[in-house]
Amino acid sequence: MAKQDFTTPAFREDRANPAMVPGAMEHSSPFFAKPEHNQALGFPGELVPDWERKAVEKLGDLLKKNRALKVYLDSCVKCGACTDKCHYYIGTGDPKNMPVARQDLLRAVYRRNFTIGGKLFPGLVGAKDMTREVLDDWYKYFHQCSQCRRCSVFCPYGIDTAEISMAAREIMDHIGVGQKYCNEIIGKVHTIGNNLGLPEAALKDTMEGLEEDVEEDTGVAVKYPVDVQGADVLLVTPSADFFAEPHVDGLIGYGKVFHQAGINWTVSSYASEAANFALFIGSYEQMHKVAVRIRKAAQELGVKRVIFGECGHAWRVAYSFLNTLAGPWDFLDPRYPVPQHICEVTHDLIQRGALNLDPSANDDKVVTFHDSCNVARASRMGDAPGGQFHIPRAVIKAAVNKYVDMAPDTICEKTYCCGGGGGLLTDDLMELRVKGALPRMEALQEVVDKHGVTHMAAICAICKTQFAKVVPYYGFDMDMITSVHQLVGDALLLGTKE
Amino acid sequence: MAYEVEGKTIEHDEEGYITNISEWTEPLAGIIAKDEGIDMTDEHWEVVNFLRDYYNEYQIAPAVRVLVKAIKKKFGAEKGNNKYLYELFPYGPAKQACKIAGLPKPTGCV
Repeated sequence: MAKQDFTTPAFREDRANPAMVPGAMEHSSPFFAKPEHNQALGFPGELVPDWERKAVEKLGDLLKKNRALKVYLDSCVKCGACTDKCHYYIGTGDPKNMPVARQDLLRAVYRRNFTIGGKLFPGLVGAKDMTREVLDDWYKYFHQCSQCRRCSVFCPYGIDTAEISMAAREIMDHIGVGQKYCNEIIGKVHTIGNNLGLPEAALKDTMEGLEEDVEEDTGVAVKYPVDVQGADVLLVTPSADFFAEPHVDGLIGYGKVFHQAGINWTVSSYASEAANFALFIGSYEQMHKVAVRIRKAAQELGVKRVIFGECGHAWRVAYSFLNTLAGPWDFLDPRYPVPQHICEVTHDLIQRGALNLDPSANDDKVVTFHDSCNVARASRMGDAPGGQFHIPRAVIKAAVNKYVDMAPDTICEKTYCCGGGGGLLTDDLMELRVKGALPRMEALQEVVDKHGVTHMAAICAICKTQFAKVVPYYGFDMDMITSVHQLVGDALLLGTKE
Repeated sequence: MAYEVEGKTIEHDEEGYITNISEWTEPLAGIIAKDEGIDMTDEHWEVVNFLRDYYNEYQIAPAVRVLVKAIKKKFGAEKGNNKYLYELFPYGPAKQACKIAGLPKPTGCV
């Protein structure tokens, strides 16, 4: 592995704006998808002839389908409110990572081709033709946006840079310029059923292994079922939960919760993935194709409820789009929301006194919580506004005695991205990931110093992997990252209630 | 992008993972390891061989947890832990050891 040569940014004094360094991240570009990765998703294998015209044509097509995109491209008044809100700008100082500048990469081509001012006087209105140089900038800088939508919270017009970055990526896929990480993974979901490429036999072996481990640890035979016909609940969880640390400890926790609550559940080897990376590339067709696997699995297994595990963007897709993508879900039990988040389920059980938790089991920890961007800004939990902030915290607080929040401008709806969201969680973007984590690391350092925080919990597979990888660059131990349901699982007094 | 080993050219991807896993040989593993700055010891080979056996059975590399458990069973708790594996493969037992074992890189949120 060629070591990537970069310096971890220093914590800023008084959170001052970074010094602007034009071109600081011009070299950052993820690997291109191979022709077979693109073709598997129905995109051209490589850059098509006449791509300049086809890109503009595709943009025109998107503008017709997506009115919001047109509004976002039209309404920016260059007020500057967004400029210092992006973690990638804060961490890199590259002015093209200011959200407005990122939007302008697409806006320039929009103005040139779809507005009168841009057609007549391009130089006056920042309008540009679609050229190789523009395409190169798109590929680099739309892959330096994690689509976390923090900037849109501060935009007085509510312009959503994520939508613009998704549109740009969709246009690029359409002309044969795909990103390897996302496109290869989506292809694996179509053929194997999950991002990892974990086949049925391996999944079953993994889950059997967990049963052995949990029984050895606790003396209680907790089940981790796969493909159980007639189970009440289908658990749809990120495949990283079967494979990676600290994710798998979260999965162990879900199993313990279901066990104590007497909930009869299963995972599916066919729909063994909660993630839907098609969101990141802005492809409705691909998003649909991934989502209908869940519907098919739910119908074939005959379940009554669908519950999602800890995965940020999956919860956005599930909460906001699952019904339009793969509904109607009228074959499920109408007494439960479709779908449910595992935190909602655990929270309800705690409220009803159905779980015996001993938070002193986690007395060796002082815990803080990282709100995942897609959960915080693109979804909700429970039936009251702000449930997506309140419910995970309530679950953690039931499982630990010592909990503190990070600074208010870094949590809840103003949370910072972990630095690896939106299809950027790949080794070829490690410099970007480390630098983009800066504002979160600063906030974490503050609570470590002031309150002795030892652990940061998360409810997203991307956040967990990203942090486990990048916190050592900032002097923290990778083991300080934990799944929310690991905390729950460790505090649960198995064998006392069931 | 290719490794040259014993007069043969073996293609690899941008990160050094070989593209055709059937082309893997022990001398190749040694060359990949050297590129990674790793001197292959018996302990390294134990891990690499376990990964290859697991892959042959399941068509995927094992989760770190599974690997740790297998090593623990074979060599005891002293070696059956994450820390030990990271000492052997500093860039992460999953990715770095897979590369040396000639297996595809695990993808997704890992």
